[in-house]
Amino acid sequence: MTNDNAILLAASQTYDAHRRVASSAASEDRQAEYRALMRKWWFGAAVGVPTMILSYPWIFPVLRDLFPRGSQQLWALWALMGVASLAVIAYSGNQFFTGAWEALKHRSANMHTLIAIGTGTAWVYSTVALLFPWLFPAAEMTDVYYDVTVVVTALVVLGMALEAKARGRTSEAIEKLIGLQPKTARVVRHGQELEIPIDEVVGGDTVVVRPGAKVPVDGVIVEGSSALDESMITGESMPVTKGPGDEVIGATLNTTGAFRFRATRVGEETALATIIRMVGDAQASKVPIQRIVDRVSGYFTPAVVILAIAGFVIWYDFGPTPAFAYATIVAVTTLIIACPCALGMATPLALTTGVGLGATHGILIRSGDALQAAKKLDTIVLDKTGTITLGRPAVTDLIPAEGFDEAGLLAFAAGAERDSEHPLAAAVVEGAAERGLAPPAPDAFEAEPGHGVRATVGGRRVLVGKRVFLEAAGIEAEPLAETAARLADEGKTPVFVGIDGRAAGLLAIADPVKPDSREAIGALRKLGLSVVMITGDNRRTALAIARQVGIDRVLAEVLPQDKAHEVRKLQLEGRTVGMVGDGINDAPALAQADVGFAIGTGTDVAIEASDVTLISGSLRGVVAAVRISRATMRNVYQNLFGAFIYNGLGLPVALGVLYPFIGLLLSPILAAAAMSFSSVTVVGNANRLKRFRLQEAPA
Amino acid sequence: MTPDKLLVTLLGAALIIGVAWFFWFKRVPGVRAGIVSDGYQEAMILVKGGYTPDTIRVAAGRPVRLLFRREETAACSERVVLPDFGKSAELPTGTVVPIEFMPGEPGEHEFTCQMGMLRGRIVVEAA
Repeated sequence: MTNDNAILLAASQTYDAHRRVASSAASEDRQAEYRALMRKWWFGAAVGVPTMILSYPWIFPVLRDLFPRGSQQLWALWALMGVASLAVIAYSGNQFFTGAWEALKHRSANMHTLIAIGTGTAWVYSTVALLFPWLFPAAEMTDVYYDVTVVVTALVVLGMALEAKARGRTSEAIEKLIGLQPKTARVVRHGQELEIPIDEVVGGDTVVVRPGAKVPVDGVIVEGSSALDESMITGESMPVTKGPGDEVIGATLNTTGAFRFRATRVGEETALATIIRMVGDAQASKVPIQRIVDRVSGYFTPAVVILAIAGFVIWYDFGPTPAFAYATIVAVTTLIIACPCALGMATPLALTTGVGLGATHGILIRSGDALQAAKKLDTIVLDKTGTITLGRPAVTDLIPAEGFDEAGLLAFAAGAERDSEHPLAAAVVEGAAERGLAPPAPDAFEAEPGHGVRATVGGRRVLVGKRVFLEAAGIEAEPLAETAARLADEGKTPVFVGIDGRAAGLLAIADPVKPDSREAIGALRKLGLSVVMITGDNRRTALAIARQVGIDRVLAEVLPQDKAHEVRKLQLEGRTVGMVGDGINDAPALAQADVGFAIGTGTDVAIEASDVTLISGSLRGVVAAVRISRATMRNVYQNLFGAFIYNGLGLPVALGVLYPFIGLLLSPILAAAAMSFSSVTVVGNANRLKRFRLQEAPA
Repeated sequence: MTPDKLLVTLLGAALIIGVAWFFWFKRVPGVRAGIVSDGYQEAMILVKGGYTPDTIRVAAGRPVRLLFRREETAACSERVVLPDFGKSAELPTGTVVPIEFMPGEPGEHEFTCQMGMLRGRIVVEAA
């Protein structure tokens, strides 16, 4: 089995490489198809206009005299039209006949079958009427319908051309992503800077990025720093400043700085290549509702053929005279008005557009299932650390006691903590560095786990830790107690600092809330979702953060392994739950949720457990993902509704159910126009999604 | 009822039965995928107005490679989807495109064009 999997993996890599080529080839195919169809349309239209006029010469004053009914001239003219319309069938309409024949060989039927039978019947009827008029009992039955053949062919071909063009637009997003890939990279080899094709970059290469250049592959900065425009991948419009140790994503744009980085992911492993692959798969997946539609469309086309035959029989038996002519027209109209295409395209096009829309905003929706599920969500569970907050503790407040200043307080605390391994110590040291302080090196460092550290810094005795730790050393910390309690209420961890036997002040350390978390949570609530926070933190800290961002339901003190269980409990309450967390620690909870959102994945976009991957770390991505899902599903329903209504109304009217009441019988030409229009409308509606505004207009 | 009407009615009914039988009551045994040197079960499928062959029989638990070759320009068939295996591919005209997957349990799976107009079946049989 393992061996098989290895084979599969190796093979799928060649296949993926192939796919990228395929995608641009498909786009060329589509354009060639459009041009060919447009040529066919012009030919059909050019023959169609005179054919329409000359089919009814008795309507027009001059023609009436030139070609009187029953005359030799008229017969000759119609014969000429017969030949011309055969040319239209052969050139403009050949795909209907070959398509119908190919389908027939598979014992299946499609749009081509309907159009081929429809236009073919009209042509055969007309030709028989022209060549063997004595077969028909009445003279008025020998009128020809070449105009039906020609104009229907032309209109349907035009519809197909417009559809091909618009369909190309629905997949623009993926082509745009493919276009992001840079062609070359500057790497250092044997001490020399070389420009090489992107395919030749290997993992471990040192890549040089100049100002204004694209980052060619994924990697980690080793030297230099710069602000990078990552909007094309993450959807974040603000450039991000990065320096040594930070991850850079291939295809993002360097602004003004210069840096070197070590390539970590190249070729088909880069974030961009993975995104392209994921988007392609998602676009080709199926929305669950389509499985029902598929079942219907499997029966649809043969059912229309059956309806047309039934219509013919009923009109022949009970219709007005000339019955044979009426029956034929009804059957032809029925075949032509039915539009299986609108039904078949309704969901795939909306899905393609919706998934593409997400991808261009750093939101990767994995499949049609995820999209439909996201639309149904009523509860969003947010992991606290790293999702609502930055996930990196930092010094947020400095409260020096009398006789001390902020800088001194922090510098001595950082000096004492420099060799400590406590997670909060790192925040203190980093806080000092951020403020440009250079703490003196500690002597006689001593850590008392769970309480604090003791060290001599610059000749002064420094204690950093809990209140009891200072008090045990005989330091009076009481005056700071009130401030410490307030900080704790705000969800921060107060740290006491004592210098030379005196209380020097307090540091507050907290995991700061991301700047846009509050706004995003507000937006989620506005969408009608109840928002729940889940965290391993104690209740007091958790509630403080929840207050800050406007969340009222908090699940605190939840062990990492119990998060999935909590999600399950919410589901048992009857909720449809979306879980937002990081893709690694929260993986079981993401998998348990109805929709798992992995957030802030950076270059690691292929998170197995997630249904939606948010490349940027902002919670606004969750809002956008929910809105895109809702808009896409609305579009799907609109398209399906439109397609069902169109066929549901069009077919009975074509069959003539209105004839007994108001004398209305549809012309096949009108039916062809309606059919083309309906499929173009579906495509147009799906394209409308692209203009969907992701961000609410600023107030 | 006049004789001609009777004739049209009977012919129509026969035609309806014929159409229904022709399109809905087909059962094809399908083609068994052959095993190639690298251990795959492989089958070539022509895409032209439909899939030929449209029923592929494979053994469970052994990787499958379907080679699609599209020989038409109609946009309908430009993508093939295997929803049950989460696989899909663009099929540029005239190019052989492989799709690979691992069939698990015995059962039937569909492959279709993106619109669900062209259909084929993969029958997974116990190995």
